[in-house]
Amino acid sequence: MIYREAGDFKTSYRKDSQTFPLKFDRVAYFVLLAVAFLVIPFIINDYWANAVLVPFLIYAIAALGLNILTGYAGQVSLGTGGFMAVGAYSCYKLMTGIDIFGVEFPPLNIFLSVIVSGGITAVVGVLFGLPSLRIKGFYLAVATLAAQFFLVWLFNKWGWAYNHSASGQINAPERSVFGIIVTGPETAAWAKYLFCLVFVFFVAWIARNLTRGAAGRKWMAIRDMDIAAEIIGVNPLLAKLSAFAVSSFFVGIAGALFFSVYLGAVEVGEAFGIQKSFLVLFMVIIGGLGSIFGSFAGAAFMVLLPVLLKNVLVGALGWPTDLAAHLELVIVGGLIIAFLVVEPHGIAQLWRLAKEKLRLWPFPH
Amino acid sequence: MSLDTTDSYVTEDGRTIGGVVMEMKNITLRFGGVVAIKDISFDIREGEIRAIIGPNGAGKSSMLNVISGFYHPQEGEVWFHGRKRPSMKPYQVAAQGIARTFQNIALFDGMSVLDNIMTGRLTMMKSNMLQQAIWFGRAEREENQHREQVEKVIDFLEIQAIRKTPVGRLPYGLKKRVELARALAAEPKLLLLDEPMAGMNVEEKEDMSRFILDVNDEFGTTIALIEHDMGVVMDLSDRVVVMDYGKKIGDGTPDEVRNNQDVIDAYLGVAHD
Amino acid sequence: MPDQLLYALEVTLNGLMAGVLYSLVALGFVLIFKASGIFNYAQGVMALFAALTLVGIQEGQVPFSHLINAIFGTEIHHFGWTVPAILAIMLTAAVMVVFAWAVERFVLKHLVNQPDIILFMATIGLAYFMEGVGDLMWGADIKKLDVGLPQGGSIWLEENTAWLGGDGFYGFFIDRLDIVATVVAAILVISLTLFSQYSKQGRALRAVADDHQAALSVGISLRFIWVLVWSIAGFVALVAGIMWGTKSGVQFSLSLIALKALPVLMLGGFTSIPGAIVGGLIIGVGEKLFEFFIGPMVGGATENWFAYVLALLFLVFRPQGLFGEKIIERV
Repeated sequence: MIYREAGDFKTSYRKDSQTFPLKFDRVAYFVLLAVAFLVIPFIINDYWANAVLVPFLIYAIAALGLNILTGYAGQVSLGTGGFMAVGAYSCYKLMTGIDIFGVEFPPLNIFLSVIVSGGITAVVGVLFGLPSLRIKGFYLAVATLAAQFFLVWLFNKWGWAYNHSASGQINAPERSVFGIIVTGPETAAWAKYLFCLVFVFFVAWIARNLTRGAAGRKWMAIRDMDIAAEIIGVNPLLAKLSAFAVSSFFVGIAGALFFSVYLGAVEVGEAFGIQKSFLVLFMVIIGGLGSIFGSFAGAAFMVLLPVLLKNVLVGALGWPTDLAAHLELVIVGGLIIAFLVVEPHGIAQLWRLAKEKLRLWPFPH
Repeated sequence: MSLDTTDSYVTEDGRTIGGVVMEMKNITLRFGGVVAIKDISFDIREGEIRAIIGPNGAGKSSMLNVISGFYHPQEGEVWFHGRKRPSMKPYQVAAQGIARTFQNIALFDGMSVLDNIMTGRLTMMKSNMLQQAIWFGRAEREENQHREQVEKVIDFLEIQAIRKTPVGRLPYGLKKRVELARALAAEPKLLLLDEPMAGMNVEEKEDMSRFILDVNDEFGTTIALIEHDMGVVMDLSDRVVVMDYGKKIGDGTPDEVRNNQDVIDAYLGVAHD
Repeated sequence: MPDQLLYALEVTLNGLMAGVLYSLVALGFVLIFKASGIFNYAQGVMALFAALTLVGIQEGQVPFSHLINAIFGTEIHHFGWTVPAILAIMLTAAVMVVFAWAVERFVLKHLVNQPDIILFMATIGLAYFMEGVGDLMWGADIKKLDVGLPQGGSIWLEENTAWLGGDGFYGFFIDRLDIVATVVAAILVISLTLFSQYSKQGRALRAVADDHQAALSVGISLRFIWVLVWSIAGFVALVAGIMWGTKSGVQFSLSLIALKALPVLMLGGFTSIPGAIVGGLIIGVGEKLFEFFIGPMVGGATENWFAYVLALLFLVFRPQGLFGEKIIERV
């Protein structure tokens, strides 16, 4: 009898539009936060950090970014990998110090590096978002492939971007925040996790605020019916470009963290190829288009699935790894289709329906 | 903005009709070789209900689209509040205080009724992205102020119960009402209604007529509407423009139009005397 | 003629040939798009899948042998026979028809009336699914495809064009496979155009493309048309798979080459068969010339992105593509 609206009257518009209208949900949210910030850092080990939690957090940021663009503003992008690469390489340059036309910038604090990388990615995102004014739907989706392939090529060929290292790779130097090492090979599992978690918290918070207010309504109006949106007063130029900017900002942060905290060393074609774009897109579809919770659910699902398959098929059944990888493709592809057929709004919608049932339980009529 | 009110008058039912708000001067609109509107002029006065009628394909919706800035006529001028309007994007027109509804409902299906109506106030929301990202403070204050205004519209149109329903789930008649609510939320100076009663049953039409009259009466909103139901048009409107094949064939009070031989020939067909 | 110009000419010719192959893949996209309004991202993977299946059947591989071996601990790989190329091609075509039926039955049927973009994403899922199935069935190692098509430079052409240039010029080098591909593509385009213009099914197909509901109401079976059109697209994919596979081996990158067909479509317009051809040629020639002239200055490998950027810039100025009609928007 706890999961109820009854008796929980809203007496102001502020209370009516809060994120978790049910008291139970509010409590659950704060408990989750407390566990994430105060419990997990003490029990986390290297395997959980590297195989599950850190990639989950970083992909959650990328998925939030893409969800703003695709789920809320309705502009499908296949360039997520390319934009993540922009974040990663910006972060690398900022971390190691930049020399532009003789003006030298000293290495920037890692925390700021990540944020500024997001900003740089936002600018690049807006640039590649400009065509969205003229072209729509899958024309735009294909156009974003231009960003994907061009950016990956650029970071492959442009020696300045990887400081002319012989291998063409970029390597994250050791950096710390408040004396705690967060990048480089010496980083402790809990430090990686906590550093990413802080970003996830703020990104999710910003995403929620933007999507529930005027900006979110403009994006959704453009998504649902762009012509009508323009006639009732939405400037399509600003709406679309702001979506590209915010989305790329998040994706850039994800790319920066992916490189500096998670991988440590990156070869652009391998880490940020077209497959990465699809991976993030799948997270958004499976998780739920136009849902903050869905971005997390999708990221968790797509991170856990290969881990699970690997443990079951390779670990328990002793199959060769390549076979497990192929089966993963089949399962992922099949799930994408299944979700689109059965529930185009993904896990988030299933979750909503489950909560709906729970709210009425045990008297469903 | 001051209007020329020299020839304002008071109607039989006591409403004041002011000066000319909007004037269309010699509008011609072509799509390739097809002439959709041919040299049409008419005006809309402050506080009046102005109907545009005509058979299918007469160019009525195109005319509304010209007023909304969605189509740009090849010839002619649009005057609004005594000034010639430069070529404008639709969202700029909306910001000038012109709101509208659509022939085929154009609601945002993925959003709730409340969110849909809130979009009507987007032109008035001024907080920037950063303030919205932080939320607490200006963005939240603004949101709640506008929410209050929207709630008034919701009360006015009697749709309190469906506030949080996704519009995709609503029946046709209610969708039309939500669309009207979205337009009203913008507190328009000029409200354009494109076939507000199309596809409705008698009861729903009566409801809608009542809402249109109330809007005009209570807020003094100037209304231009397209409608096929002659009974409704004759009852509601102060003046009527009749179009046929892109041309204007009649203009005047319902009685004048009813007795206009051109109109009878082209549109009403047979006169029942 | 100065040699530089001759080389540029040779590059152009090779570009035209590459363009024909792009057009071939693009054709598959256009067919499906016209008949069902679906932007079939999986077209490239269909080509890969068809080529894999063809090689597998030719060499007498046991399908899913890896999976079977992993589950049952057996050691089977081959049936121990080889199948003649012609028979293998026919069998593969049959597999593609089964595949078309399965797509209609399990995917399209359930997604009628969904927004275009949902269908598009479904085909991305389909692409992953097929790639996985293809790998599971036939293994993911790079395979050599040989159905007896001529390969290597055309010596006749080389000898007969050598006189054009100076001592350093040995005549135009053009792969005979490319010439075959050009001829095959031309035959395919002509026969498909004839089919869609003059046959009963072709007319039904165009009716469906115009309006699903209206086509249904005059008694056209939507399901049959969809199976038909996906089968044709499967056949086109098979042809493209044979050409690309013979040229550079059957491997995953085959499906990425097919991605190149996308900018081709953006140039040509999604609904135009001539557009697909012309777009393919423009991209083929454009990227080869760009690489030839500009590539050396920026480090090469510009073919990776040139087509997309070209299409992007083009679309900004002409959103409906080369042959598409201008759309008048209504509310």
